[in-house]
Amino acid sequence: MSSSLAIQRENIRKLFPDTFNQARKSRLRGQIIFFLVLVYLIVGFFTLDVVDIPKKWKPQNAAMFVLDTYAHKDHVTMKWENHEDIKIAFEGNYRSVYGRDNLDKSIPDWFYKNSDNVGNVVEFNNKGKAILYKDKVEIVNFPKYERDFTIKLNSNGKPYLVGSEDLVIEDLKGFRITENRVEFRPTLYERIQVYPKKVEIHRYSIGWKYFWFDFSSPLEPYTFFEALGLTFSKERVVPEMSNLKLFLTEIKDNEAFMHGRVWWAMLETIVMAVLGTMFATVMALPLSFLAAYNVTPIKALRFTLRRLFDTLRGIDFLIWSLIFLRAFGPGPFTGIFAIGFTDTGTLGKLYSEAIENTEKKQQEGVKSTGASKFLQHRFGIIPQILPIFVSQSLYYLESNTRGAVIIGAMGAGGIGLQFLGALGTGNDFENVAYMAILVLAVVIFMDRLSAWLRRILIGSDQLIVR
Amino acid sequence: MTKALPANLEQIEVNLKKLTNQRTRSSLLGIAILILIFFGGTLVSLEANAGSFGRGIANFFNYPRDLFVDTFEMGWKYWPRVIKYIPELIITLNIALFSTSIGFVLAVIFAIFSSRNLIRNKRVIQFTKFFMDVTRSFPTLIIAMVFLYLMGKSSLPAVIAITIHTAGALGKLFTEAIENCDGKPIEGLSSVGATWTQKIRFSVLPQVLPLFLSYGILRLEINVRESTILGFVGAGGIGEMLAALIQWNYGADVLACMFLLVGTIIALDYLSAYWRHKLIGANQ
Repeated sequence: MSSSLAIQRENIRKLFPDTFNQARKSRLRGQIIFFLVLVYLIVGFFTLDVVDIPKKWKPQNAAMFVLDTYAHKDHVTMKWENHEDIKIAFEGNYRSVYGRDNLDKSIPDWFYKNSDNVGNVVEFNNKGKAILYKDKVEIVNFPKYERDFTIKLNSNGKPYLVGSEDLVIEDLKGFRITENRVEFRPTLYERIQVYPKKVEIHRYSIGWKYFWFDFSSPLEPYTFFEALGLTFSKERVVPEMSNLKLFLTEIKDNEAFMHGRVWWAMLETIVMAVLGTMFATVMALPLSFLAAYNVTPIKALRFTLRRLFDTLRGIDFLIWSLIFLRAFGPGPFTGIFAIGFTDTGTLGKLYSEAIENTEKKQQEGVKSTGASKFLQHRFGIIPQILPIFVSQSLYYLESNTRGAVIIGAMGAGGIGLQFLGALGTGNDFENVAYMAILVLAVVIFMDRLSAWLRRILIGSDQLIVR
Repeated sequence: MTKALPANLEQIEVNLKKLTNQRTRSSLLGIAILILIFFGGTLVSLEANAGSFGRGIANFFNYPRDLFVDTFEMGWKYWPRVIKYIPELIITLNIALFSTSIGFVLAVIFAIFSSRNLIRNKRVIQFTKFFMDVTRSFPTLIIAMVFLYLMGKSSLPAVIAITIHTAGALGKLFTEAIENCDGKPIEGLSSVGATWTQKIRFSVLPQVLPLFLSYGILRLEINVRESTILGFVGAGGIGEMLAALIQWNYGADVLACMFLLVGTIIALDYLSAYWRHKLIGANQ
């Protein structure tokens, strides 16, 4: 049986020698290409230092970054010279200090007097406590730690962990002890640092605190919905303005998240994308007709326009934005023109190709009625290409939104620049996360919007190419 | 029968009129919305822009003119300068090519797991599609800046950012290609008892590979632009060089870099059009 199969196979091979040879040849070519790609990948791997990723990747930094994007912290600071003067500040900001006289901001309930009425207790979210005394810091009640710890200052004024010589390595997990500092960080959410001059405690909690109303806002005691409810009541929270106005201005002028500034920047970015796309569409529309051979008989004009499109597209929007940045200064005009010029090239090319691909018959039909050249194009070509035009322009709207963010970061302003600024400060990572989510949401919204518009305007959300 | 016709015609006439009116109304509405957007946007721009619009238009040619004047003053000494920046250009190209290749491979894997005709489990499909949506929607610049912050200055953040974005963007196109491919070869292979991997290897891949490569080449062209831009924020290559030169106001050198870039992009544009035509044209 098997031998007959083998014979049959031989016969087929003999009958169609060309097919089999070709297959072998193309397989060989595929293998060579595969080999070359592999060689390149290895070369690229080393020239781009991909091997260095583990070396450059600092998990500690990344963890801190991620922690800061979703959590906030309160700083508790005690100076050794005056142990009763304890400052509790949100994110360590000197403007956000709890319990200061001019702000009606009571001390949070996780800070209280110890039962012995001497020490002050900072209680963490995991029920662990740091008790601050005149001459020592006690660390008690931490889960997963079987014993308590005491940190004191020695005769030279340097901090040390009492009895550390008796402890084994396992007990010291979470401690980092150097000459001038004893740090205890059992998890990312609790951090106690003792210095020769002061004690600093960071207490982390999850969430974006003061997202709607900032620390010093009169509406801060209320939640968002409570405050929204207050806008309907006549009783004023502050005498100067109505509750609704207060509600809006407090959100707008939030110092921590800067909603007013961020949303304005976002609007600038959207304006750049939308007006840039509109500009490109309006420019490309007439030019594309002049660049299509079935509309324009003059070859020189067509050739010139084609090369113009290539040049506009080839000078990337990066370079356009550099040139316009010099002319218009930072602002949306730079973005609008950079996007507009680049996309005039892109859309012009696509449009003119679409015009050239139209059916001739409609045009001939209109011509047979004795219509003029203009009417022939109006009723013979435009109805055919209108869906393609709309589809292409809307498709570019979404990618231009991303482009506008980038142009903004190069100096044209908008959300890109705000993002760069927040990242540069090195500690406002919740703002970084907020803006990143905002950008993501707007880009996805634009994507959906353009798909929806395509669907209602042309009945299909797929990109029509020809 | 003959009596009913005029009534029908009348009805048609009425309907036609109704449709025409509706059409005119929605066209006018659309135009009104566009005009509103235009003026609203212009107001925002005038408010937000640092310089005025009129002065900007007047100044438009100043910078390019300065660059060209600077270049002409140098005369023949100019050409060695252009050559000097070619190594930087190669770094940029290397970033683009490497991350496109890796992103391509990832995109193929994503596409296989998000195609309805290859995967039965709806959850897997939804998850992969959502994942691709997210990776695609982040501008590369944002990913790159975060990684630059975490890893310090090098080309790696650019490689990571472009790879992530490419995987998402190509993955979506690949998914569409796989879902639109002919189902008969898959059925044929199923009928002779082929395994899942065999079906993909011998029925799906041969159909979609030319399309994949064509999309990949198009993406490469886009990624060269992207990697230049990422250079601007510190990822190395010609972008970083250009940013520094602009800061130092070395007009001739700026123009040299721009020429190299534009030349490369235009060359890639033609090459990719040629390759894509060859790939898809040969297959049809």
